[in-house]
Amino acid sequence: MSSTTTATPTTTQPHQSAPEENYLNCSSGFLSWFFTLDHKRIGIMYLVAIFAAFGLGGFFALALRTELAQAGQDIMDMNVYNQMFTLHGAIMVFLVIIPSIPAALGNFVLPIMLGAKDVAFPRLNLFSFHLYVVGAIFFVLTLMGGGLDTGWTFYTPYSTGHTDTMVTTAVLGAFILGFSSIFTGINFMVTIHKMRPQGMGFFNMPLFLWGMYATAVIQVLATPVLGITLLMLAIERNFGLGIFDPALGGDPVLFQHFFWFYSHPAVYIMILPGMAVISEIISVFSRKHIFGYKFIAISSIAIALFGFFVWGHHMFTSGQSTAMSTIFSAITFSVAVPSAIKIFNWMTTMYKGEIILKAPMVWALGFLWLFGIGGLTGLFLGTMNTDVYYHDTYFVVAHFHYVMVGGTLWAFFGGIYYWWPKITGKMYEEKPAIIASLVSLVGFNVLFFPQFFLGNMGMPRRYADYLPKYEFWHLVSTIGAYILLAGLLMVLWNLIRSLTSGGKAPQNPWGANTLEWHTPSPPPHTNFEADPPYAGDPYALDHWAWDPETQSYVHIAASEQELARVEGHDAL
Amino acid sequence: MSSTSTAAPADSAEAHGHGHDHHHDPTLAHHFDSHEQQFDAGKLGIWVFLVTEILFFSGLFCAYAIWRANHPEVFHYAHHYLDTKWGAINTVVLLVSSLTAAWAVRSAQLGDQKGLQRNLLITILCAFGFMGIKTIEYTAKYHHGTLPGANFHPHADSMILIEDGEFVGVAKDVARQELAAMYPDMPAEGELTAGQEEAVHLYSAKLVEQADPVPDSVPVFFSIYFFMTGLHGVHVVAGIFAIFWVYLRARRGEFTKKYFGAVDYVALYWHLVDLIWIYLFPLLYLIS
Repeated sequence: MSSTTTATPTTTQPHQSAPEENYLNCSSGFLSWFFTLDHKRIGIMYLVAIFAAFGLGGFFALALRTELAQAGQDIMDMNVYNQMFTLHGAIMVFLVIIPSIPAALGNFVLPIMLGAKDVAFPRLNLFSFHLYVVGAIFFVLTLMGGGLDTGWTFYTPYSTGHTDTMVTTAVLGAFILGFSSIFTGINFMVTIHKMRPQGMGFFNMPLFLWGMYATAVIQVLATPVLGITLLMLAIERNFGLGIFDPALGGDPVLFQHFFWFYSHPAVYIMILPGMAVISEIISVFSRKHIFGYKFIAISSIAIALFGFFVWGHHMFTSGQSTAMSTIFSAITFSVAVPSAIKIFNWMTTMYKGEIILKAPMVWALGFLWLFGIGGLTGLFLGTMNTDVYYHDTYFVVAHFHYVMVGGTLWAFFGGIYYWWPKITGKMYEEKPAIIASLVSLVGFNVLFFPQFFLGNMGMPRRYADYLPKYEFWHLVSTIGAYILLAGLLMVLWNLIRSLTSGGKAPQNPWGANTLEWHTPSPPPHTNFEADPPYAGDPYALDHWAWDPETQSYVHIAASEQELARVEGHDAL
Repeated sequence: MSSTSTAAPADSAEAHGHGHDHHHDPTLAHHFDSHEQQFDAGKLGIWVFLVTEILFFSGLFCAYAIWRANHPEVFHYAHHYLDTKWGAINTVVLLVSSLTAAWAVRSAQLGDQKGLQRNLLITILCAFGFMGIKTIEYTAKYHHGTLPGANFHPHADSMILIEDGEFVGVAKDVARQELAAMYPDMPAEGELTAGQEEAVHLYSAKLVEQADPVPDSVPVFFSIYFFMTGLHGVHVVAGIFAIFWVYLRARRGEFTKKYFGAVDYVALYWHLVDLIWIYLFPLLYLIS
């Protein structure tokens, strides 16, 4: 990428002109979207698809929470219940949480943050999206053809020989979705390695890109192992392969090892992008340079690497040797350290900052609280002696929902609100957005906090019915589910309304300094109208000042110091 | 790699911002600044993809390692069912194909269009050769009943005999040799009458009974064998399609000395397919 003189000695006015050509209106028609090579359009299509999948997965969650509100079988029998939690889990894990931030936000933002015109392999990007659609179709076929009741974890021998639900279809769907994930990972890795602009070394990149990079590394290394595991499962189920069948010399626990070898790193595929978004939001909405840039960057890589060595903590009670379990437990403790490093750096960023409580920040603060709880409760599960009690109880369910929903989903919504003006060119209404976030926060806590109590009391997970002593907290939890539903519907309404009647978004409503804020909202087809500006320090927020007239941030005159520095770079 | 954007806006020339002619070069995609950047990106991309392929196979190599460590006698016994001769020929075939694939890249670098097409074609032919030999091996297994997992029902004739831990031979061959030694009418080689065939068949069954019992879990060996070689075969077939596509592009004259990434990348893929076989062959065929 060519470096240009970016010293903008005069104030740059944000775009006020009549409808200009941008990536949304430069062409129209279904085909121009479904076969586009534009990473921005692909990101939007992913966003829509993921929201749809979220609705479907959420429907199953509400169904099972409604059933569990009271003891006894109220609205479904136990077999149907097994299908509900399986489908909820499988859809949410494979169709929502894993793709969410990388596919919907990463696709849109990553190339623009690099001052690039697109990702390294645009056609591969489109192919990733089409694979997502095909994988989703396989899941729909699973639903229509008899459903799935193995749990999203597909444990053998039930999945290979004892259930006649649509295991093969579901497993093939997950296999295809795995390739969608792998190709996205390859694309992001190569784009970050080969398409950074001049002057942007790895340690000058925005932290969002570090998060995307670390996620891509996991996607590339872990997902193929899931692929082969699911293939083994499908072949064993249909052709009697025998690898997991003791009668033929196989071992069912081997499935668990292979499965969790992917699925543990998978949870880091889920959380690292979330943390990447939070790094951006916290800095911008504290009006302060991020604290501990290098620590946050390296911690992403550390989490990615350490995450490969802890899968056994899902298997403490599987008959695994105590020695192995001890090693897994020790490494599990160590993987908590880089996450904690991030939390402390974010908090220090906020310290003595000027906190702006707009919707993205409200979601980010919610993240800190919810991920904090989720992460800390993980320690109880990583400790062998407590895990023996907590394994397969509601304590586990509460823990992973706090980190996956309270963590990733909260960061996802934070990112959606943060980049909404850039993506759509519209401003959402701030007050309803904040209320929606807070209602969701209340609902989430009422839904999941009691589940820690249920776990303590011994309530097993995946049970369709329970003893009377658990009834109170189950009822509370279900009420929380409906409050969360209300909050999320408010979010949806708030976002859709902005499309129809939202104000026009300025180029830089938040005063951020990463490159996507140096181009109009929404961006032109090629991302920048001319050469992209020199990247500089992504957290140098003092380059922007609030202009009350235009209700946005404008780029201010560069100081003499910076002019000299920039000219020094031009000499390169 | 030419970009085929379907959403080209009307003012794209202005939107690009600079008027360099490389933007009208159909072999340079619009989002890359130079051929070098484009080639490097593609190279890194294919290498990362190959890493995913290695991890994909790693699950199977892992399963192999675990089983072999836990049941070494199964592997020692069962590998005799494989024909080392065919395995060795296949190894040579793939090595030759890797040579021609690399040669194709060299031809592309030199702009030698005829050499490029010829080498790609030979690579494809070798790949077909490999699949042909695999077909021979698989059909033989089918006839012998030595199929994976629940389908493992070996015919007495084709069973391997072990006595005191030592490999003796295939039941049918041993039966024939012993009968030929005992009865002068029974020829040691050549055609047999229906009655003689029946005798060999019955005697094989008797030898199987007398020999060391077959180790448990033998079906697992065949599961692993068929899965690993089968998955590898799928990758060979995929390689045939990919190399053929590149061959068609070469015939259309799409590659130049500056632009031949696709040839390079598909050859890299092919080298990995070859490399995986280089590991499979000794691990499955050369156990001793």
